[in-house]
Amino acid sequence: MSAVTLDRPAVTLADLTAFIWAEADLLDRLAYKDWLKLWSTDGLYIVPVERGVADHANAVNVLYDDAEMREMRVKRLLSGFSMSSAPPARTVRTVSRFVETARNETSVDLRAAQVIVEYKYERHRLLAADVDYRIELSAEGLKLARKVVTLINCDDPLHGIGYLL
Amino acid sequence: MHSEDAVAERPWGALFEGDRADGAIYRDPALFDAEMDRIFKNTWVWVAHDSELPGPNTFKTGHVGTSPVLITRDKKGQVHVLLNRCRHRAASVCEKKKGKQSVFVCPYHGWSYDPDGSLRKVPHRWGYDENFDPADYPLFSLRVEQYAGMIFATFNADAPPLEEHLGAARKWMDLFMKQGGGFGVKVLGQHSFRFPGNWKIQLENTTDAYHFPIVHKTFLDSLDEETENVFDVLGQGGWVEDLGNGHSVMVMIPSLIDLEADLEAPIPDRFADLAAELAAEGHDDLTVRRLVRAVGGTGFNLNLFPNVACSMAFFRVLRPVDVATTEITHVAIGMDGGESVGPANRARIRLHEHFQGPMGFGTPDDAEGWERVQRGVRAGEGMPILVNRGVSAPEGTAEPGHEAGDVSSEVGMRAAYRMWKRMMDE
Repeated sequence: MSAVTLDRPAVTLADLTAFIWAEADLLDRLAYKDWLKLWSTDGLYIVPVERGVADHANAVNVLYDDAEMREMRVKRLLSGFSMSSAPPARTVRTVSRFVETARNETSVDLRAAQVIVEYKYERHRLLAADVDYRIELSAEGLKLARKVVTLINCDDPLHGIGYLL
Repeated sequence: MHSEDAVAERPWGALFEGDRADGAIYRDPALFDAEMDRIFKNTWVWVAHDSELPGPNTFKTGHVGTSPVLITRDKKGQVHVLLNRCRHRAASVCEKKKGKQSVFVCPYHGWSYDPDGSLRKVPHRWGYDENFDPADYPLFSLRVEQYAGMIFATFNADAPPLEEHLGAARKWMDLFMKQGGGFGVKVLGQHSFRFPGNWKIQLENTTDAYHFPIVHKTFLDSLDEETENVFDVLGQGGWVEDLGNGHSVMVMIPSLIDLEADLEAPIPDRFADLAAELAAEGHDDLTVRRLVRAVGGTGFNLNLFPNVACSMAFFRVLRPVDVATTEITHVAIGMDGGESVGPANRARIRLHEHFQGPMGFGTPDDAEGWERVQRGVRAGEGMPILVNRGVSAPEGTAEPGHEAGDVSSEVGMRAAYRMWKRMMDE
């Protein structure tokens, strides 16, 4: 009998979007420690500075985080000693326009639209992005194996961002 | 009490005296316009690194002060800095950030220009009379000179030669470029971001070690113990030195001034894997040591007035947008040695991302601090900005005759503001 309890073929777009919405909710609530648990150990979280880059490892990115960097980043954001994140801008985000782009035995790739409104110092800012997800179908349930957030203006001047995208 | 209007009538240079500045230097729009005219149209402004124009007919776009420019390399290899403005009715002739092309065609009426700025062709030439000569209408061309791969431009035909303007800073530019590890320095990519504050707040910051342990506590906390010791910037006997013409150097890690010295020293544990990877690429032991020593950059920030700094391992470029908006570009650099130095360049990129950029462990906190200056300076008209910090530099560090102070001193800010005052009074 297999240890895997998840019925893989039956994972629906509704299951996947529920997972992504739960992630978005954790991020808006700054529940970063719980957010870390959504990731597979070798997952990569990437925010590029150019569109259409395939080889992120050899490019300068806004961030290129493996598990160790994610943990250090979360520690920093929650430490209370980072002036841009104590407190950070408030955020309200939505993720939608989901398209499944690939599926195999172990994972599903999705493309989606994300809109974040941030607010600090009496100023709203709008951050629109295309997001590419790879969601792993593991024994423990769904895990983030890859998340690439390509901001609509990633190749133009951004601003200091004291929270997670 | 004085109003901003009254300030506008004063000689601008009087806003800085000795070791303090009037808060109006950050907030007066009329002063900003005067600065764009007297400083950014008058002196050498950094526009590119040589490696950003990697061959004939390559280009990038940028700004000199508030003027959009096109920086090109023509087919003979000569670099040109041209106003990005068609001579006909002013449309921009290029909106790409970089690329390769042998002609720039204005999209509005089709006037076409060579990379050296000459007007090549005008459509429907018959509509102009016989006295119309395209040779009279090249793109406006700025003076261009370069040193150590750094390309500067100026609107001022009478500005002193670039090397004279750089003066004592040249020695430090040469030292900075040693991080090419013997292969030369190459631009690997960049971050850019804006903050709601005046450009001089950023100019000050690259020569401000005082803020480092406070603002960047969370960066320091994220380092292993060995690296954290390297970044103890106030505790290693560093200094700040006025290099003349507004330039200054802030030495934070004296043991990393000359990257070609001490190559026989043991390779730090944190670079052991990198050293093994580089050896596997076929580099000999000395080259591996040189590359590893260069991977984290130099131990100093060189501030070049008014818009660029050679900051440890990257170029920091500032662009004044308006009195309370400044754009910063952090240009990541690496070694120009192709795939064989790939492991070193990837390590450099990851180190760059760790601190720099809109979501780095350092930059967002800097940006927040600078915004807080701009917010705070709305209060307290007539109250000075203090740049009076500093005790003597450690014995035997700075060159004789240069004003210098300890690493946390504000000597570099005073150097920049003295040049600012000189140019604003001219």
